[in-house]
Amino acid sequence: MHNKTLAELSLGLQAKTFSSVELTQCFLDRINQHQQLNAYITVTTELAMAQAKAADQRIANGTADLLTGIPIAQKDIFCTQGVVTTCGSKMLANFSAPYNATVVDKFNLAGAVMLGKLNMDEFAMGSSNETSYFGAVRNPWNINSVPGGSSGGSAAAVSARLAASATGTDTGGSIRQPAALCGITGLKPTYGRVSRYGMIAYASSLDQGGPMTRSAEDAAIMLQAMAGFDEKDSTSVDVPVPDYRANLNKSLVGLKIGLPKEFFGEGLDENVAATLVTAIDEYRRLGAEIIDISMPNLKLAIPAYYVIAPAECSANLSRFDGVRYGYRCDNPTDLTDLYTRSRGEAFGKEVKRRILMGTYALSTGYYDAYYLKAQKIRRLISEDFKAALASVDVIMGPVTPSTAFGIGEKMDDPIAMYLSDIYTIAINLAGVPAMSIPAGFVAGMPVGLQLIGDYFSEDRLLNIAHQYQQVTDWHNFIPTGFE
Amino acid sequence: MEWETVIGLEIHTQLSTRSKIFSGAATAYGAEPNTQACAVDLGLPGVLPVLNQEAVRMAVIFGMAIEANIAPYSVFARKNYFYPDLPKGYQISQMDHPIVGVGHLDIEVDGVIKRIGVTRAHLEEDAGKSLHEDFHGLTGIDLNRAGTPLLEIVSEPDMRNAKEAVAYMRKLHELVRYLGICDGNMQEGSFRCDANVSVRPKGQVEFGTRAEIKNINSFKFVEKAINHEVERQIALLESGGKVVQETRLYDSVKDETRSMRSKEEANDYRYFPDPDLLPVIIDEAFKAQIKTELPELPDAKKQRFKVDYQLDEESVAILTASRALADYFEAVNKKSGCEAKLCANWITGDLSAALNKAGLDISASPINDERLSGLLTRIGDGTISGKIAKQVFELLWQSAASADDIIAEQGLTQISDTGAIVAIIDKIIADNPNQVEQYRSGKDKMFAFFVGQVMKAMQGKANPAEVNKILKERL
Repeated sequence: MHNKTLAELSLGLQAKTFSSVELTQCFLDRINQHQQLNAYITVTTELAMAQAKAADQRIANGTADLLTGIPIAQKDIFCTQGVVTTCGSKMLANFSAPYNATVVDKFNLAGAVMLGKLNMDEFAMGSSNETSYFGAVRNPWNINSVPGGSSGGSAAAVSARLAASATGTDTGGSIRQPAALCGITGLKPTYGRVSRYGMIAYASSLDQGGPMTRSAEDAAIMLQAMAGFDEKDSTSVDVPVPDYRANLNKSLVGLKIGLPKEFFGEGLDENVAATLVTAIDEYRRLGAEIIDISMPNLKLAIPAYYVIAPAECSANLSRFDGVRYGYRCDNPTDLTDLYTRSRGEAFGKEVKRRILMGTYALSTGYYDAYYLKAQKIRRLISEDFKAALASVDVIMGPVTPSTAFGIGEKMDDPIAMYLSDIYTIAINLAGVPAMSIPAGFVAGMPVGLQLIGDYFSEDRLLNIAHQYQQVTDWHNFIPTGFE
Repeated sequence: MEWETVIGLEIHTQLSTRSKIFSGAATAYGAEPNTQACAVDLGLPGVLPVLNQEAVRMAVIFGMAIEANIAPYSVFARKNYFYPDLPKGYQISQMDHPIVGVGHLDIEVDGVIKRIGVTRAHLEEDAGKSLHEDFHGLTGIDLNRAGTPLLEIVSEPDMRNAKEAVAYMRKLHELVRYLGICDGNMQEGSFRCDANVSVRPKGQVEFGTRAEIKNINSFKFVEKAINHEVERQIALLESGGKVVQETRLYDSVKDETRSMRSKEEANDYRYFPDPDLLPVIIDEAFKAQIKTELPELPDAKKQRFKVDYQLDEESVAILTASRALADYFEAVNKKSGCEAKLCANWITGDLSAALNKAGLDISASPINDERLSGLLTRIGDGTISGKIAKQVFELLWQSAASADDIIAEQGLTQISDTGAIVAIIDKIIADNPNQVEQYRSGKDKMFAFFVGQVMKAMQGKANPAEVNKILKERL
């Protein structure tokens, strides 16, 4: 049951081959068996069973939706009414929101079952899921390796079949990078496609929620439920949501694929590069035309990102002050003590590092040199994407420079850690959609291929990904021990 | 040495929108603490601000009233600082791109009109309140006010004494109420002021170092606070000291200003554009729409009242102090068909006195324009005398009846029937031979005695003009 795709599960439920209660129990058992992955922060067993029963009722009534009764899990960054939302931090270890994120509401409306809340880097700051207050998540392909981050729990859970699919969020690669490292499909939609309401902010102008699934078709089904304008999020965009499955089977003959030379230069593991070349050859066989392009400003993405994202986070995380909710230090002596100890004791090292960087970048005398400069670079990068996507349909490249690295390997070297997002960050700065799809293995570890499209071209990206998955089976590989 | 004072004011105007600037919570004053604060106002994680369009409309109409440039593109920015009544750790405000640009306001002091420049006006959210009493050494936080829309109106340093500052503040206070964008309630903090004050030797072009006096919430305190600060700065400079740039707090109890924080201690607010909100785009169509909603402004109304109604300065000033009162006057003038002067006298006299006594605003007057008009109509057509009218007014105040009903019910109709008056007068002349003798021997004052006697006999209902006329003939 747990190896079926969303479409297959939906058919099985509708045909009453199995019930949502049985399906949910199956996933809950698997979660219990594979606790060593540390993929979940909270498992909502009772809620899941209650939702499963309601879903079975709905199926019996004939009012079921495509996702009704399907067990999924939420990254613990999405607020869930009555269920603790920690954002991977000690700061919110006891926080329960009195509201649902819009994304959560949408899944509830569709009748999906929530198995629990998935582990993540603290406040989504990290590329390895090692900054979580609740401990590192392990990669199902090698438990000594990281699953990537920040949506590491989501990637590990989907890869190990501990959820039929999951949500993630992507600020600089946090959906795509763990998807690549865990061998699953991840989609970061266009900025503004999915509501950010109730999704705890890291860097507001870059954050975007999206699906993490086993296949492109599953991603289409998930995105269908998540996407859409939300009047509670002023940055969500009011453009119609297409039927994401309608064009999955469109032929790729004549597709123009752009390969930026900047994506295939120094820093990219040669075995990963070779794997990607093979994947791109597959597209050539599907009728695509390969065009070499150049995006000269890509190299500026990391420095620009590490000004903008920390600047925004330094303000976004100011609300965690120990005054109204969340962690408060014991016996504060005065207001300053309350602030400094509550924040000092509850935030982890990486979060503090980014708050300090951001505070510095916004300070009088530095603002022009850092923040404004970074915004200019951001515009240049957006221009690069617009120019490139005017001449090609899709840009392809690596998601990560290498396969999953070892737990602990980069924790003492933040720059090395930051560089692991070198191929994903520019996409967030431009706001365009991008996917990571499984494209092979190097030494038994998954490699992801990145597809980058124009604004609101998610349906096209899903079509391009799906066609590849019709002629390859990298996405169907199951990590040993999780069959 | 002769010193010159330089003053600029920053006025925080709470906009009278029904809901908050970035959330749907109500803005009403005086509710139980923390009952009017939703998830957005509390700064809970993941929630997002959504701009209240009504606040934008109010800012734009204000900009138009001061003939300012309305920015086609304005941006909300985060002003970062930690304080317990600031739930997000930043205030959403505007910095580089305020919604209202350069404008002006004309004030009048001692008959001289002076133009005061307005540098800018920007939208922002109010903070909550810290309550230091009743918490046994701890502090309580009430977030009901958090997120209330504010329009911060920043003047040029164009005022040269406290009187001008007060005149400017009053003028602005009148304007925002005219525009219906602020209730102007200063006790409740709907209209509060920070004053930037400096002094310089007369004739010097450069400004002196300024001090900012925070949070002054009455016209009286503005004048006092500024005068005190000016005295303090002059005394300091004349004794060889230096004014330091700082923020000072006016203590209305001790009537003094004292230092809050120096420039060095000032926060670095680290403003940057708020990524949760889109820039506000104001197009010509929106402006054209707002323009049609712009009411007649105080200066224009005053001028028109002088010219059209031929009223004296004082009456005009009282009647145009609020739009509601001016509208009331115009309605009464139109409906009663009476002379403007009569209408003005009744409104600025008896009605205003009764309202003041009852502590009511014109909008809550027990006598609406319709009913006062009914009364004045009957004075105008001679049905009742001015004296009887005062009785009717009392009854109008106490009941819901119309003037005509009261006059009929109480039998207060003025007697203009010459025959009846003649009969009474003849009887009084016959009954008071001594007084008649005195009058006829040249004691003119005795005339009033006869008028009084007639009125008394006729219970005040006689038409005074007729009484005078007949008395003169008969005596």
